[in-house]
Amino acid sequence: MTQVRRFLTNNAVSILFVVIGVLGLRVSGLSLPFFLEDIVNRLARNSFMVLSLIIPVLAGLGLNFAIVLGAMAGQAAIIVVTHWKIPGVGGILLAILLAFPLAVVLGILTGRLLNRARGKEMITTLILGFFSNGIYQLVFLLLVGSVIPMKNDVLVLSSGVGLRTSIDLTGGLKNGLDDLLRIPFPVCAAVTGILLLGVYMVGFFRRRSVRIGKLVGIGVLALFLIGWGLFQVYTRSMFNFVRVPVGTFLIVLGLCVFITFFTRTKLGQDMRTVGQDRHIAEVAGIDSDRIRIIAMVMSTVLASIGQIVFLQNLGTFSTYGSHEQAGMFAIAALLIGGASVAKATIGQALLGTLLFHTMFIVSPLAGRTLFGDAQLGEFFRAFVAYGIIGLSLALHSWKKQMQAREEARRSV
Amino acid sequence: MERNGRSVLEMKNISKEYYGNKVLKGINLSVREGEIHGIVGENGAGKSTLMNILFGMSVIHSTGGFEGSIEFLGNPVTISSPFDAMALGIGMVHQEFMLIPGYSVTENIKLNREITRDTFLSKILGPGLRTLDWESMGQDAKRALSKLEMDIDEWARIAGLPVGHMQFVEIARELDKQNIKLLVFDEPTAVLTESEADRLLSTLRKLAETGISILFITHRLHEIMEVCDRITVLRDGVQVATKSKSETTIEELARLMVGHSIESVGKGKVNLAERKTILKVRDLRVLMPGETVQKVDLDIKEGEIFGIGGLAGQGKIGIANGIMGLYDSDGSVEFDGKPLPLNDPREVLKRGLAFLSEDRRGVGLLLDMSVEMNIVAPAIEIHRKFLKDVGVFSLLDRAQIRAFAQEMIQKLDIRCLGPDQPVKRLSGGNQQKVCIAKALALEPKLLFVSEPTRGIDIGAKKRVLDTLVELNQHNGMSIVLTSSELAELRSICDRIAIISEGRVMGILDPDADDAQFGLLMAGDYAVRQ
Amino acid sequence: MLEHLLTKIRSFGIPRIIIILFLLSLWISAAFLSIPFPALLSDTFVRLGMNTVLTLSMLPSILVGTSLFFGLPLGIICGLLGGVMSIELNLKGLTAFFAAIGFSIPLAILVGYGYGLLLNRVKGSEMTVGTYVGFAFVSLMSFGWVTLPFKNPEMAWAIGKGIRVTVSLEGRFSNVLNKLWAFELYGVKIPTGALVFLGVMCLFMGLFLRTRTGLAMQECGMNPKFAKASGINVDRMRILGTIISTILGAIGILTYAQGFGFLQLYEAPMYMGFIAAAAILIGGASLKTAKISHVIIGTFLFQGILVVALPVANTVATLGSLAEISRIIVSNGIILYALAQKGGNE
Repeated sequence: MTQVRRFLTNNAVSILFVVIGVLGLRVSGLSLPFFLEDIVNRLARNSFMVLSLIIPVLAGLGLNFAIVLGAMAGQAAIIVVTHWKIPGVGGILLAILLAFPLAVVLGILTGRLLNRARGKEMITTLILGFFSNGIYQLVFLLLVGSVIPMKNDVLVLSSGVGLRTSIDLTGGLKNGLDDLLRIPFPVCAAVTGILLLGVYMVGFFRRRSVRIGKLVGIGVLALFLIGWGLFQVYTRSMFNFVRVPVGTFLIVLGLCVFITFFTRTKLGQDMRTVGQDRHIAEVAGIDSDRIRIIAMVMSTVLASIGQIVFLQNLGTFSTYGSHEQAGMFAIAALLIGGASVAKATIGQALLGTLLFHTMFIVSPLAGRTLFGDAQLGEFFRAFVAYGIIGLSLALHSWKKQMQAREEARRSV
Repeated sequence: MERNGRSVLEMKNISKEYYGNKVLKGINLSVREGEIHGIVGENGAGKSTLMNILFGMSVIHSTGGFEGSIEFLGNPVTISSPFDAMALGIGMVHQEFMLIPGYSVTENIKLNREITRDTFLSKILGPGLRTLDWESMGQDAKRALSKLEMDIDEWARIAGLPVGHMQFVEIARELDKQNIKLLVFDEPTAVLTESEADRLLSTLRKLAETGISILFITHRLHEIMEVCDRITVLRDGVQVATKSKSETTIEELARLMVGHSIESVGKGKVNLAERKTILKVRDLRVLMPGETVQKVDLDIKEGEIFGIGGLAGQGKIGIANGIMGLYDSDGSVEFDGKPLPLNDPREVLKRGLAFLSEDRRGVGLLLDMSVEMNIVAPAIEIHRKFLKDVGVFSLLDRAQIRAFAQEMIQKLDIRCLGPDQPVKRLSGGNQQKVCIAKALALEPKLLFVSEPTRGIDIGAKKRVLDTLVELNQHNGMSIVLTSSELAELRSICDRIAIISEGRVMGILDPDADDAQFGLLMAGDYAVRQ
Repeated sequence: MLEHLLTKIRSFGIPRIIIILFLLSLWISAAFLSIPFPALLSDTFVRLGMNTVLTLSMLPSILVGTSLFFGLPLGIICGLLGGVMSIELNLKGLTAFFAAIGFSIPLAILVGYGYGLLLNRVKGSEMTVGTYVGFAFVSLMSFGWVTLPFKNPEMAWAIGKGIRVTVSLEGRFSNVLNKLWAFELYGVKIPTGALVFLGVMCLFMGLFLRTRTGLAMQECGMNPKFAKASGINVDRMRILGTIISTILGAIGILTYAQGFGFLQLYEAPMYMGFIAAAAILIGGASLKTAKISHVIIGTFLFQGILVVALPVANTVATLGSLAEISRIIVSNGIILYALAQKGGNE
């Protein structure tokens, strides 16, 4: 019984959001296939960014509010590629390549700033995000067209200086990754089921020590997916119109694999060590300053790719707004998945993205049904995002104080 | 067990000066193969400095290096960093464990020395991306643990282990560094229970038998006598003696450790039998990290100077801090016949007790504020002195504050540019006088003073002690003086209590035998008054 | 000689020098571009009157040891509620202004108390937690503005529920302080009432800091261990400091609103904490210490830059957002600089 209670308290936030999600779905009156279409695309475009937050947490840098800088690098690259009119996957790959050096430089600068602001990393990344936003606006609103020569009627404002407030990627980069491979949802479900079974079979025979409960659970889930999927295909239901952008998901999967691999490397272990106890790491000979900078660079580069993945799926973006929210929403999503300032896993990132965006979709509609005003739903949404971050930060700080007090008591 | 094997370590004529203060004067230390060599001494005797030199710690090099030479395995060596020491085969088991609680035993043992394998990516992007070979590491860890005959699961997390096991993991880590020839243990039994300590001692013997030399620093004399082959006694930076176990006794070690060097200030003997008890302490327990008090009973007489001595970390500092309410405390205290509440700094100050903290800069002063404000701040808060009413407000009376500060500056001879100078610019001795003035502004009946002459030069030391004696004799103030310098206590106190392991081991007259002091401090021997 | 000069410069602060030079260069450019200087100065004084109390709200928070008061939006919302209530009761002029303050103070005490309790539990992370609690509160209040039952037609939407995003103070207390006792000097319009009001607030603050309680509060920020050893209840002082900051935030937004002419609801309060923080930092404060002079000087410099940057930039490139952008860059840049200073580890 206590195991159940412990599970509930440890995952209280995520469970709360599952409840909100389910209730919201009922109240909003949204049909399941429409919801699925939306959530599948949101998962595809947002997961990458959320995953890029894991590495700084590993290295003890807390929540990296400065992934905004990576997002800006990605956006800048997209603007350039769109200006050069290079479409499709090629354009996307070029954008990733272009964003890379910029992201590295920004990551190094951020890392060095954080090394100076020891103990205040999170507030520094927060303010740095705002500051860079100002610089970004300066460059793209005032310098483009005047100091930086750019003649493009589509992108640039009629005055000749500054980019338009919204850029449409249709015909260019839009869906470049998504369109690589689209498969109807039920088929995906079935295939996932088969793969799940396969992976766990292999794991079971290799290690022989998998818990029975876990095995049965996975097995049931897999069979359900396969069964449901095949049934939907057979009945040609509405679900078949939900087409999953497998190409994009494969990229996300690639990142998951990379992160898993990375935690098993020497560098990954050093990062974990620095994150656990910086002083002991230094005494053991690890250059913690350098490790922290590497963590920042990795996160910024991943964020730049993440923003490119995000925008190619969305298709249009608000030149001066998209990157701002990128950081905040990604962090809120990570926290909702059960992560904290000190610990974040891939599972939490993915679960959090699912839950956060469910709430995102559902709030305005629920607001309209409950209060007659969709706007209220949006306020609620913002309140939840900010509130969850504030709450998580407060809890983390409180826990740290409690821990310090416990240690003092124990040394006695 | 005498071993006449080859010499492993020779530290020859080691001297070290910190800003003009000589802390080590010509130390000669030699350790043979398979020998367990004990090092004893009071605080400030120079043990830590000597070890810092052996380990090439940066604090030595950034303050002018040291004189003398070091030979390891017969070859002259230069140790300029902990890595040089490690490369030679010198390991250290610290008093505060360098273990990461969230990691497993294996991860800690192999910290930054992990075994790795090449991967496709590592060949392109560098060695950082090599994968970790947990299986081999686990085997290594098991091997190291078995050398200590410890049956700990090498994958267990440190956080859940008992303290004794954690220490063994520390040792295992050093042993895993294959080339270990000399292991230094710095007060290893301080945190262990008795049975864990026994186990550690027998482990030390086993390690020595395999040919590893051990430097064993401790204040527990009976442990020294149990396992050491030879013992070096340090006192005030001087090597007082190096003897083999068969040549000495616990009493002799105690006497050597404490020694003479009293500078009497000329305080006459006082008959305390007729005085009433002004402070009665029973069953005092204080949770002060590093200076825990377990159970202290004291009766302090009105008008006496009562000394509290003992080694560092044994609890003497915790007594005053606990009674003044700065740390969580338990027990019962009576002041001037009435019960005094614990954990309430305000009430204690109101009732007429004051405190000169050992942490002068941390607790005792507002460094960025002026001399005068430092002097009057607590008096303003507690007794509402130095205030004047201006309409609805009760404002600080600058003139009064200035006048009082001037008075104090004159009376205590505080060297400063003026009452409005920021106190951080003053020298240590003068800062201490500001603290005394601060206490006096409260007009206390009893004054707790902790480590009053720490970090102060010789000349100023005497002046501070003279001031305390004057306060006691002319103003009739009762003083409780806590100090790690026994000589200081013996020079001005009427009685001295020695604290070890958080308890009162005994109360002695200042002119009692050196050996008695040494034994009480070592916690081996309880003298009833 | 040079050494001495260098240390003086360093203690004065390089960013402060940069800011002053920046302001001077902008003034010189303005002169060259024939932008009327008296008008600039008038504007600067008006903005000084409007913003100083908001900047002042940073002071108690820094002094008591809770760093920059990023929970300022909470105080602002209390002030806005007071203002809205004053309009709802159909008050006008100075009465409306002081009534608004009167209504908001009890709210600010309550909210400040709760926020203070929270801050005591998160020592070391006051700034990060404060930022997000502030944001969340603003979003929550946006909910409130829509649902609260205010009926005055000046405020409410013509169709639908709730109050408008901006509420005009025309005929209520717009410019009540600015116009009070105002006079002109060589073409520079001086909003005496506002300046007197902020002077009185600064005076009260100064007197408070010279009382026993004020001293106790400062001790908590300087050295909490010293404070505790002197019998001060540090946690209670922190709450007191937070309450005072919140009250100043409420008064501050009302002073701002009277100069601006509008009450700005919904999302407007979100970033005001950063602006006030930047102002006090520009004036010479740090995360750990601050003086009243820093408040006034900082607000003057900061607002001075904003006032002059717009017309100067407009002749270079006709873009209205330069003011906004420079505000973002300057304010956040200065906070970043303060954060990157070594020493001051939590």
